[in-house]
Amino acid sequence: MSLLERPRPAPSAPRGGRRRAVLLGRAPQDTPAGLWTYLFLALSTLFAAFPLYWMFVISTSTDEATSQLPPVVVPGDQFLVNLDEVFSLQDVYFAASLVNSVIVSTAVTASVLFFCSLAGFAFAKLRFRGSRALMLFVILTLTVPNQLGVVALYIVMGKLGWNGTLLAVIVPGLVTAFGVFYMRQFIVNTVPDELVESARVDGATTMRVYWNIVLPAVRPALAVLGLLTFVATWNDFQWPLITLNGTDYPTSMVAISDLASGNYVIYRRVLAGAFVATIPLLIMLVIGGRQIVRGIMEGAVKS
Amino acid sequence: MSTTRATPAPATRRPRPTPGRSMTWRDRLHRFDMRYVPYLMIAPFFLLFLVFGLFPMVFNGVVALRHWRLDDPELTGWAGVENFSRLFTDGDFGNALYNTFGIFLLSTVPQLLLALIIASLLNRRLRAQTWWRVGALLPYITPITASTLVFNVFFARDLGMANWALGLIGIGTENPIDWRADKLHSWIAIATMVNWKWIGYNALLYLAAMQSIPRDVYEASALDGAGPWRQLWRITVPMIRPVVIFTVVLSTIGGLQLFTEPMLFDLNAQAATGGSGGEWQTVAQLIYKVGWKDLNLGYAAAMSWALFLIILVVAALNTLLTNRISGGRK
Repeated sequence: MSLLERPRPAPSAPRGGRRRAVLLGRAPQDTPAGLWTYLFLALSTLFAAFPLYWMFVISTSTDEATSQLPPVVVPGDQFLVNLDEVFSLQDVYFAASLVNSVIVSTAVTASVLFFCSLAGFAFAKLRFRGSRALMLFVILTLTVPNQLGVVALYIVMGKLGWNGTLLAVIVPGLVTAFGVFYMRQFIVNTVPDELVESARVDGATTMRVYWNIVLPAVRPALAVLGLLTFVATWNDFQWPLITLNGTDYPTSMVAISDLASGNYVIYRRVLAGAFVATIPLLIMLVIGGRQIVRGIMEGAVKS
Repeated sequence: MSTTRATPAPATRRPRPTPGRSMTWRDRLHRFDMRYVPYLMIAPFFLLFLVFGLFPMVFNGVVALRHWRLDDPELTGWAGVENFSRLFTDGDFGNALYNTFGIFLLSTVPQLLLALIIASLLNRRLRAQTWWRVGALLPYITPITASTLVFNVFFARDLGMANWALGLIGIGTENPIDWRADKLHSWIAIATMVNWKWIGYNALLYLAAMQSIPRDVYEASALDGAGPWRQLWRITVPMIRPVVIFTVVLSTIGGLQLFTEPMLFDLNAQAATGGSGGEWQTVAQLIYKVGWKDLNLGYAAAMSWALFLIILVVAALNTLLTNRISGGRK
């Protein structure tokens, strides 16, 4: 759009030095990418995608494929065989672990969306004593490394009797500081004060305003936050390993690490499991890639 | 401390109840709605943070000062600073700290430099713009457990893809590199995984910042005849300095807590030793081992505190350093 307003180099501009200067004066985002840019980007994308693709190839192959050089790049026909082996392993509970991951990630995501948008709305549009100080506190908690509390968290969960159950991985994630912060920023910018005020004058309660005005307006932000939360929860490893390892309720990440431990690791089997546990995220990236990209980029500018 | 204005009278927007008569049920409801509902809305975050965030953090300090073993519940009581003083003489802790910093340096510096270059390429006018960006996020959404297992096969000593690729350019054809045998090579392998995971993510953060640089800054610079490379270092980087600092802090916090990659790089992952001689055992891994393999929670808690302090100091130092480097080129 703003491209149109920019002065174009005059067609009669002299060649050589002057012309070069005019070209360089353009902002990078107005400069069409050259062959080298595309080539380098293609190489980087290949580098980013290859481990994933190769994981898929090995999960469809026989044992020899793992150590074949140059590497095998064509999928084989053993996917169902490998899959069957993963799912029938006795003490790994792979099928159950996928169900557990779905339960945990869905519950956490739904709850984060609800509670974070609720709190975000309160911080963005409602007046109450101490709201600024409390918001500052929320932002400060963002900077605390989570590792610090792991030992004590395990003891707390032990007192509650939740270690080894899904509650231990669900409950601590039900509301996040990042989610509150992100929703607040979005609501401040997109929900007009007048809209809230006029609904108030019409006698709507706060919850009604939230439900009928705020929620519909913040749908794009909910999509972004939901995708980011789901991915992060699904991929979480350290805390689930601590509290769920060796129990009958592993998440899929814990189950995969279980598959990969032992004296003799069968990679076509391990990677078949890993690939299956990656599929939901790949689907999300294909469907919601735009939203995920936007969420990450918006977060960067605002923080 | 609070900078908030005094709460406005709750019933300004509704006719006040006529004096003399008691408030109606509706008025009470409205008053409650204006005064207390906001607190109810933010309460879930604070409750949860209190129970599962703040309390464990404080309690962690208590645990660190006590004898607390999972295998011997009878052994309790105050340990004083014993757990902390032990850190200074513990060779395992020193080794883990050394490894953590080694891997951290090998991963953060190339990661952020490459992210900067890729961001500047993504910042050009591109066809299928969105898809290049989504492609950059493939590693970000991949579970680290899954990708680490793939890299494990790449970094096998015999018939691994990394050695094969190095062999093509004439490295290690006689003696293939044993990636798990010494510190430097295992650090490089793990740093490669970390870089793979985070380059694209950081590139998008930089890209977002680059796109908010006003266009006329570049116009002005054309007079100096600066090429794209100089333009990147002289204009773009100083202009996006806040985001650069942000990514440095993020990678410091994340990098010093590195856990999953070193855990699963070990063929005997459950032992959490980070190689037969602790070649790549990180502090986070050691905390896990001390707490849940050696069952000494008190000592693990003291280690967590030490790690926290180290992260604070390093993050502050890195912020200063980055500020200097990226601003000094103006």
